Amino acid sequence: MIVNEQLAIDHGLKKEEYKKICELLKRTPNITELGIFSAMWNEHCSYKSSRLHLKKLPTKGKQVIQGPGENAGVVDIGDNDAIVFKIESHNHPSFIEPYQGAATGVGGIMRDVFTMGARPIANLNSIHFGSTQHKKTKNLLRGVVHGIGGYGNCMGVPTIAGQTSFDSSYNGNILVNAMTLGLVKKDKIFYSKAAGLNKPVIYVGSKTGRDGIHGASMASASFDEKIEEKKPTVQVGDPFTEKLLLEACLELMAGDSIIAIQDMGAAGLTSSSIEMASKGNLGIEINLNKVPCRETKMTPYEIMLSESQERMLIVLENGKEEYAKTIFDKWNLDFAVIGKTTKSKKIELYFDSEKVADIPVNTLVENSPMYDRKWKKAKLPKKNKINKDDINNLKIIEVLKKILANPNICSKEWIWQQYDHTVMGDTIQKPGGDSGVVRVHGTNKAVAASVDSSAVYCWAHPLTGGKQVVCESFRNLISVGAKPIAITNCLNFGSPENEENMGEFVECVHGIGEASSYLKFPVVSGNVSFYNQTKDQGIKPTPSIGGVGLIKDYNKMITMDFKEVDNVVLVIGKTEGHIDQSLFARVILDEKNGPPPEINLFNEKNNGETLLRLIDSNLIKSAHDISLGGIITAVSKMCIKGNKGINLKKPKYLISEMEYFFAEDQGRYIVEISKKDQKKVLDILNKNAVHYDELGTINENMLFLNEKTKVTIDELKGSNTRWLKEYMIN
Amino acid sequence: MKSAVITFPGSNCDRDMDVALKKFGFKNKMVWHQDVELPKSDLVVLPGGFSYGDYLRCGSMASKSKIMQSVINFANSGGMVMGICNGFQILVETGLVPGVLLRNKYLEFICKNVFVKINNKDNAYFRKISKNVLELHIAHNEGNYFCTNDQLKEIEDNTQVAINYCDPEGKIEEPFNPNGSIKNIAGIFNKEKNVLGMMPHPERMIDHSLSGEDGSHFFNNLINNLK
Repeated sequence: MIVNEQLAIDHGLKKEEYKKICELLKRTPNITELGIFSAMWNEHCSYKSSRLHLKKLPTKGKQVIQGPGENAGVVDIGDNDAIVFKIESHNHPSFIEPYQGAATGVGGIMRDVFTMGARPIANLNSIHFGSTQHKKTKNLLRGVVHGIGGYGNCMGVPTIAGQTSFDSSYNGNILVNAMTLGLVKKDKIFYSKAAGLNKPVIYVGSKTGRDGIHGASMASASFDEKIEEKKPTVQVGDPFTEKLLLEACLELMAGDSIIAIQDMGAAGLTSSSIEMASKGNLGIEINLNKVPCRETKMTPYEIMLSESQERMLIVLENGKEEYAKTIFDKWNLDFAVIGKTTKSKKIELYFDSEKVADIPVNTLVENSPMYDRKWKKAKLPKKNKINKDDINNLKIIEVLKKILANPNICSKEWIWQQYDHTVMGDTIQKPGGDSGVVRVHGTNKAVAASVDSSAVYCWAHPLTGGKQVVCESFRNLISVGAKPIAITNCLNFGSPENEENMGEFVECVHGIGEASSYLKFPVVSGNVSFYNQTKDQGIKPTPSIGGVGLIKDYNKMITMDFKEVDNVVLVIGKTEGHIDQSLFARVILDEKNGPPPEINLFNEKNNGETLLRLIDSNLIKSAHDISLGGIITAVSKMCIKGNKGINLKKPKYLISEMEYFFAEDQGRYIVEISKKDQKKVLDILNKNAVHYDELGTINENMLFLNEKTKVTIDELKGSNTRWLKEYMIN
Repeated sequence: MKSAVITFPGSNCDRDMDVALKKFGFKNKMVWHQDVELPKSDLVVLPGGFSYGDYLRCGSMASKSKIMQSVINFANSGGMVMGICNGFQILVETGLVPGVLLRNKYLEFICKNVFVKINNKDNAYFRKISKNVLELHIAHNEGNYFCTNDQLKEIEDNTQVAINYCDPEGKIEEPFNPNGSIKNIAGIFNKEKNVLGMMPHPERMIDHSLSGEDGSHFFNNLINNLK
């Protein structure tokens, strides 16, 4: 096949990029080489539009062992234990083929984690669908949930938390972000940096097929009406093989045979071999005839670009080949020595005794394009003037029931009941709470994790939205009694070539950086997904933040269900009555404009840390962060979970009842304390200058408002739990 | 008391079962599916998971693996064999217990707590157990127990039904049936009651921080019965 500019463009490369390739090679690339360049230089692998901005994120901290740049981030949790974690997107494939797209997303992120020597101990996910009225939404939701469950359940890793939202901006481009946490001994972490010359390069796992060729390129382009034709670019997952691969890799890792290991994810054998060589400042030579293939007559081009799943590349110590092979034989997995490390600093590929590619590694990595894209700064929208009469005519209980049944608030039990969330026997907080919590097996420690995003706030004002998501993650961890350690981010945006979308990206990243720096909550891993758009219409900017925290003694873990009648309920943090961009404004008032709630990082930190101290002193019975739907929504959920009621009283603020109960001001929590501790708790809050309101006391089974309005908790529960099930069955 | 847990490729509750058995006093050994001989055991457990990826039919390939001949011989000579979840599916595939396990009625994986009523206490698994209803955990896609009318009559005549899905008070009715099983059957014995297959996972309910403690109740009683 003749390689020319047009063929390069068909591979997703730009004219200038093709010119640069020819200059770097000082010749025209052959077809295999062109394929390799297109795979390494696409947005998904090269981060060419995002690198410049990602560099500004805070990535260091006392507990950070490994920041971005490896397969996943690693944080220290004491006693020689470390947690490896990362979140990744699988948006484009999941829209084209929801089951396989979501399943392989889960498979891919687990591989990233066990590549580093960690046994996966928890999965999470953040999934976003189009309008509930859209004809594709139901099938996409069903397919994605089945796919996530199908893979995670078979692997025997519990899915402990997640987030689901619906918004018409995802009609043509759903989001599927999967996150995994793994546990590893600090002195047994494996990296992808190759070292040493003439070391054997080993291929293990599944055979290579023709599936997923150009998957990473597909994920770097916008959708159009021909998207269905891209089905063959979606990979097909086999969780059974991955389970065997996990066990075999961990068995091999127990010894000291491995120099470097890298999973074959996006761009398969291409990116894995190049990454190992690049990090080790070495060359790699591969004989492609040795690669185990599923299909006959596969060309070097196909072998290098296949994204077949469940494969790993390993650089072994010399002489360990036989030992390693017995382990992979035991688990019935392919094992092949396919090449060696060299001093050439080139990637050299041979096929049928012919050299089919010869590329200096640095041209693919360091010399890959980097763009300073044009971007537009977003203005902070003006505050809405809300008509007081509109609000005062509403019946609060009717509004509450409507909010509790809203697709973005309602119980997601229909979803998480399809995920095995208890396998491994250490899940002590199931999905449906503020964070999922798993014990560190055999210890008193537990790890909490949550995943959050607030596309509406980010869309209204990206800078504030970016800060808000990090703060929400911080609060979700604190609400279960965990000390926040670090985050991973999955940045889902529209086209970087569109100035507004690029601006959303730049400012969200800026906001994330500012908040994570202030809260000492660094970013240790992540992934960027651009081109989430159909034709010219981008999605709402949706950074997903996966937060991880530590509970030193799991007996101190907090849950959100109200515990005991007559206990006192407080709101921690100040309510200003911010209604713009709240669920109340959008759903009840049908008002979509205005700024998101402001973020005050000092209060966020102070309120959170003070609450942690109260929890540590055993003064808190239950806690829940206040987010979508405001105070009364949060309280209702605590009532529903605990099967208790509450006598609510609005404090004597100037703001109206509706504003007080439905506002989405930030930095707030609801907590339950016992009467006997009340003085102690209030003293501590006062001493730390934390604002609080006394909200009411817990009763048997009714929500009373100012002693006049009332509703049974059963009725609220009905509103909250019915919607999704009925939607999916009908 | 000695126990053995078999690990098949794709088993994923083998470690959890090992942890549970040891916690309640068993000396447990893990046995690889390609082994030929069972270690000397008072109880053999086929754990949950997705043996062979549930390909072909859940449990079918595992039922033909090397170690299973020894397990079948052990069961036929009166040895106690317990299959949980995928282990139950393997047991029906070997024919050690009657019936089959179909896909759940609503075609979805279910992971949640359920209540089961103990139907027969005249056996080493449930003898002297103080509760009649246990709260256990299920996590499966194919737990919908089915058998022919003739088989059902035989099973009932021989009091082979071990546990039925029920409400917290022990009422066995359709609304408490999570997966469409015939007569709410959650677990059954072989004729001699030394082989038990059940869908719920007692090993996931073994301390107060987990979903509950009725699994502890089950294992404590089991080891006392075996002593």
